Amino acid sequence: MKHFARRLKVQDNINTDYVISGRYKFKIQDPKELAKHIFEDIDPDFASRVTKGDILVAGENFGCGSSREQAPQALKQAGFYAVVAKSFARIFYRNAFNIGLLLVESETDFIDDGDELDLDIDNGKLKNKGKGLILNVKPVPDVMKKLLEDGGVIEHFKKHGGFKFE
Amino acid sequence: MGKTIAEKILSTHAGKDLKAGDVAICNVDFCFGQDGTSSIIIDSFKKLGVEKAFDKNKFCMVIDHSAPSPNIGVSEIHKKMRTFAKTLDVGLYDVGCGVCHQLVPQNGHVTCGDLVLGADSHTCTYGAINVFSTGVGSTDLAIALASGKNWFKVPETIKVIVKGSLPKGVYSKDIILHIAKDIGSNGATYKSVEFYGDAISALSVDQRLTISNMAVEIGAKAGLMEADAKVLKWVRERSKKEPMPVKADPDAKYTAVKTYDISKLSPQIAKPHAVDNVANVEGLKDVKIDQAFVGTCTNGRFEDLQVAARILKGRTIHPGVRFVIAPASKEIYMEAVRAGLIDIFVKSGCAVVAPGCGPCVGTHNGVLADGEVAISTANRNFKGRMGNPNSFIYLASPATVAASALSGRISDPREHKGRL
Repeated sequence: MKHFARRLKVQDNINTDYVISGRYKFKIQDPKELAKHIFEDIDPDFASRVTKGDILVAGENFGCGSSREQAPQALKQAGFYAVVAKSFARIFYRNAFNIGLLLVESETDFIDDGDELDLDIDNGKLKNKGKGLILNVKPVPDVMKKLLEDGGVIEHFKKHGGFKFE
Repeated sequence: MGKTIAEKILSTHAGKDLKAGDVAICNVDFCFGQDGTSSIIIDSFKKLGVEKAFDKNKFCMVIDHSAPSPNIGVSEIHKKMRTFAKTLDVGLYDVGCGVCHQLVPQNGHVTCGDLVLGADSHTCTYGAINVFSTGVGSTDLAIALASGKNWFKVPETIKVIVKGSLPKGVYSKDIILHIAKDIGSNGATYKSVEFYGDAISALSVDQRLTISNMAVEIGAKAGLMEADAKVLKWVRERSKKEPMPVKADPDAKYTAVKTYDISKLSPQIAKPHAVDNVANVEGLKDVKIDQAFVGTCTNGRFEDLQVAARILKGRTIHPGVRFVIAPASKEIYMEAVRAGLIDIFVKSGCAVVAPGCGPCVGTHNGVLADGEVAISTANRNFKGRMGNPNSFIYLASPATVAASALSGRISDPREHKGRL
């Protein structure tokens, strides 16, 4: 599958209220319904521009604020294959891997909306095919790789009867 | 090598010696969810295929974010929580009990030295009573509920020293907003913060909780303080559990040490739409407001209500302002009734709503119209936070909010000498 970059109008400090507003997350339980409203308060037609396999690209401190797991769930449901940002807030970071959404910390200034990207997690590379650039990304921690391989923390826990990465 | 509070509490709960950077499985002393996160906790718990809570006395759910329910969707979530609480025979604080971050420490579920997880980002609040408490998502919480454990990466620690005596009209909220301005909204991401200094020691436990509550607004995993005599008295009055106070070693390793002198601090205000977008009150006096709000896990405690009531007593709020008050718990509400504070609020024109999160999360109790401005004692002023992306939220202390409600504009509480 090909992966294309999707950038928001806002880059830094995108909080989980912006990912999915409290207006929706408190009353809607269906992730498919939530996915229709992602980033509505900061970029109203963003959700309609996302296609399956896209990579969301952002700046610093992505996912700060509320612990709402509906945020990574709605992103995954919207079709995102991964989020690449300069840095992530910690609760969002755990939540994403727990539900099997890949996050990668990387420099992102060289990526424009629509660029075709290729992520090679094992070798820590992010390739911007359109621009012919290859960048070293921050390695995904072993714990997170393990969770991702197992398909999220619930599957990891069931498979091993507990945590298995110490 | 000496250890920080975070390193010590996590080591104790892992049963082995840990240092910053280590990953370990730790036993959790208490965990909980609220009505914005419990629906997914319940779903994830069921997916794990577990029948029982690891310990039914070490988990609870709190209906606080939209309580009483404003719509059918929320009502269904509340119903799901009530059914789950019965099935698992676990505690549920229903509509009217209050905000989770008030109920958990107030009702003695946690004590000094504990390791606590909450499915709410402001779980860091109990750092003020020497608890390593941190927010996680719903699935992480479900893991803890099923197993009594979760995995932790031991954080590095920033040491914050707050010196000086607070001027009249300036409060702990102003201290933490001042710190947020300096450190920034991601200055402490993945890290623990330890607060020290004579300015912290001089604060009551209520006021300290305000500071630790907002540690997450600078990205921190925990906002810890030592347990002094005030804290030990406070927890012993509320919890049957024996406190196990934890101090950092004198040679503990910190990634940074920040010192603040607050002797000349002005009342601080976070402007739209970021918590670290902070200015002195003096520069904002022309800002007209439509709504004022005192409440939340940051500033809905008895002392906060007392501060606001002193300024309002015998006066009427500005005719162009709605003033919403949400006590953080039923106990605080009753204490405020006994002290005559609710009488003052209602007479001055305030709308006192049920104990809970109030309008902070934008689901009910005071959603703003397009272009409207609110001044609030909450901890977040993100665009749309109070339910409308076309409105503007300023964050301040209860005194600044009360002073502003009287004048209809952002106002300096120090103008109310004799009432502070």
